[in-house]
Amino acid sequence: MTATSLTTTRPGGPAAGSPRRTRKRKGGGTMREATPLTYIALIITVLLSVFPLWWMFVVATRDTSAASQRPPTLLPGGNFILNMERLFANTTANFTTGLTNSLIASTTVAVAVVFFCSLAGFALAKLRFKGRGAFTVAVVVTMAVPVQVGIIPLLMLMDWLGWRGELQSVIVPFLVSGFGVFMMRQYVEQTVPDELLEAARIDGCSTFRMYWNVVLPALRPAMIVLGLLTFMTTWNEFVWPLAALNADNPTVQVSINQLNVSAYSRDFSLMFMGSTFATLPLLILFIVFGRQLVGRIMEGAIKA
Amino acid sequence: MTTPLKRGGAPPPAVPPTGGSRGAAAPGSPKGTEERRFLWTKLDTKASPYLFIAPFFILFAIFGLFPLLYTVWVSLHEWSLIGGNEGFVGLDNYARLMGDAKFWNALYNTLGIFLIAVVPQLLIALFLADTLNRRLRGRTMFRMVLILPYITSIAAVAIVFSQLFGTQYGLINYGLGFLGIDPIDWRGEKYASWVAIAIMIDWRWVGYNALIYLAAMQAVPKDVYEAAALDGASRMRQFWQITIPMLRPTIIFTVIISTIGQLQLFTEPSVFGTDGTMAGGTQGQFQTVMMLVFQEAMRYGNYGYGAAISWALFLLVVLFSIVNALLSSRIRSAS
Repeated sequence: MTATSLTTTRPGGPAAGSPRRTRKRKGGGTMREATPLTYIALIITVLLSVFPLWWMFVVATRDTSAASQRPPTLLPGGNFILNMERLFANTTANFTTGLTNSLIASTTVAVAVVFFCSLAGFALAKLRFKGRGAFTVAVVVTMAVPVQVGIIPLLMLMDWLGWRGELQSVIVPFLVSGFGVFMMRQYVEQTVPDELLEAARIDGCSTFRMYWNVVLPALRPAMIVLGLLTFMTTWNEFVWPLAALNADNPTVQVSINQLNVSAYSRDFSLMFMGSTFATLPLLILFIVFGRQLVGRIMEGAIKA
Repeated sequence: MTTPLKRGGAPPPAVPPTGGSRGAAAPGSPKGTEERRFLWTKLDTKASPYLFIAPFFILFAIFGLFPLLYTVWVSLHEWSLIGGNEGFVGLDNYARLMGDAKFWNALYNTLGIFLIAVVPQLLIALFLADTLNRRLRGRTMFRMVLILPYITSIAAVAIVFSQLFGTQYGLINYGLGFLGIDPIDWRGEKYASWVAIAIMIDWRWVGYNALIYLAAMQAVPKDVYEAAALDGASRMRQFWQITIPMLRPTIIFTVIISTIGQLQLFTEPSVFGTDGTMAGGTQGQFQTVMMLVFQEAMRYGNYGYGAAISWALFLLVVLFSIVNALLSSRIRSAS
């Protein structure tokens, strides 16, 4: 992550190996200067990125007519609390259940994925065993499988297990991820020196202790990003909860969709309030961990 | 697990249960412990790797691989929600698929939306990455905002966009009105609905792809540009003749990822439909293949036929991946 900020501030620096004449760095080297046009383009992008979210918030704080008002009002109103109360009291949406379910499912899946994937990633990166190469290839292949295709048999499986409509149906099938294993394997390979593991082995560490005491602490940054991405993916999952759960026991996405599809009342301030709440936990996580996420993407580590 | 073994070096009390078998052979115990410790270590190094990868492979086999393969089996049967498995019908479901106008329409929609979403998406992302690849004030802030759409809730944003694309009260038609454009029926008209859905998709993915491209651009050695500049190549020329070729692997990668994702497109169009039927508009203007699968399986209970559509979708994804791989290797060998 630090490498990224270095490359941008001092081009030529860590892009090492290249000739020495990149020494002339009067005020930052060869990187182009930004022109006013650059800033204009970027500001337009920022406005377009933020606008739908801002509009969502504005309508959520006003009464429903605000959505169709001409000219549109672009400042928040005073109905935030009122709409929030209406949302949580709405019987079509079951929003409280949806929110709780999503929080439980996303957290559980994120923790499990981080644990199982780092465990497998460590084994594939550092332990010697028969079939290691083949297993690694298998992990990569699973990443390319479009899993949504199996939706019908997966539903049947849920029926057999009696999980249809139950929260575990959106948790258990997602406890591992090929992408996660692959990402962790790469990270362990790059960051955990063999000598450290050998030293731990000589000290009498079992393999699991090696993982727990040596590997896990080194994996922290990657774990945060994988956990964040997994939480986000689970939180956003739509087709599957829509198929496996129901309106009485929804996830937050299914819950806001209930408001969206209820034909009688397209109550925009209610829908947008639901959307705001469905986005809020992700925004909070983004504010806390966003820099790390951007850093990992810039390192080319995230490719999903 | 190792704790009792370590304590084994210390006097008896630590091992009461096994102590009985070893009787009063207190003097011999350190040796026995050593041996057991050795065996334990051997077992540990042999078995642990498999234990560590087991959760991934077992869970994937049950919840990933099995459903995928079982799809084929189900698709070869007359199989419904109510009647269950009503017998083997061979390729009947596939024959029906070939003659089903709804399927071809859904396929056409999926590919159409894919094309008009992905091409502009990657071009804008390239342009944005090039814009960001300069000495900028507030660089981190810009990057964070670019990635912001990517982390938001898809369904929530689709709800907001659905309202923005409203024919009568939508802000987008309101804005277009100032340009003298008559209100567009974003839901009713096929190609207009494709554009609306493509815009939702691109809003989400442009910034993400831009960051990936930006990372790749920063890995291009600066002296290549210096040399080009000395030769008098314009910025535009440098972009097309240096940046784009150098980014080729990254671009191919993003194309592959977008393809796999977009062929399974579901959330945006299904929320955009606002009726929960998965019909994708009154005439199926924007019903995607995945929506059709959902409609067949969940609304009509046709598991067998739904599975046949899913499997067709799977083959399509595989086909696209192979074409992608072939194209990219040809491009690579050509350069």
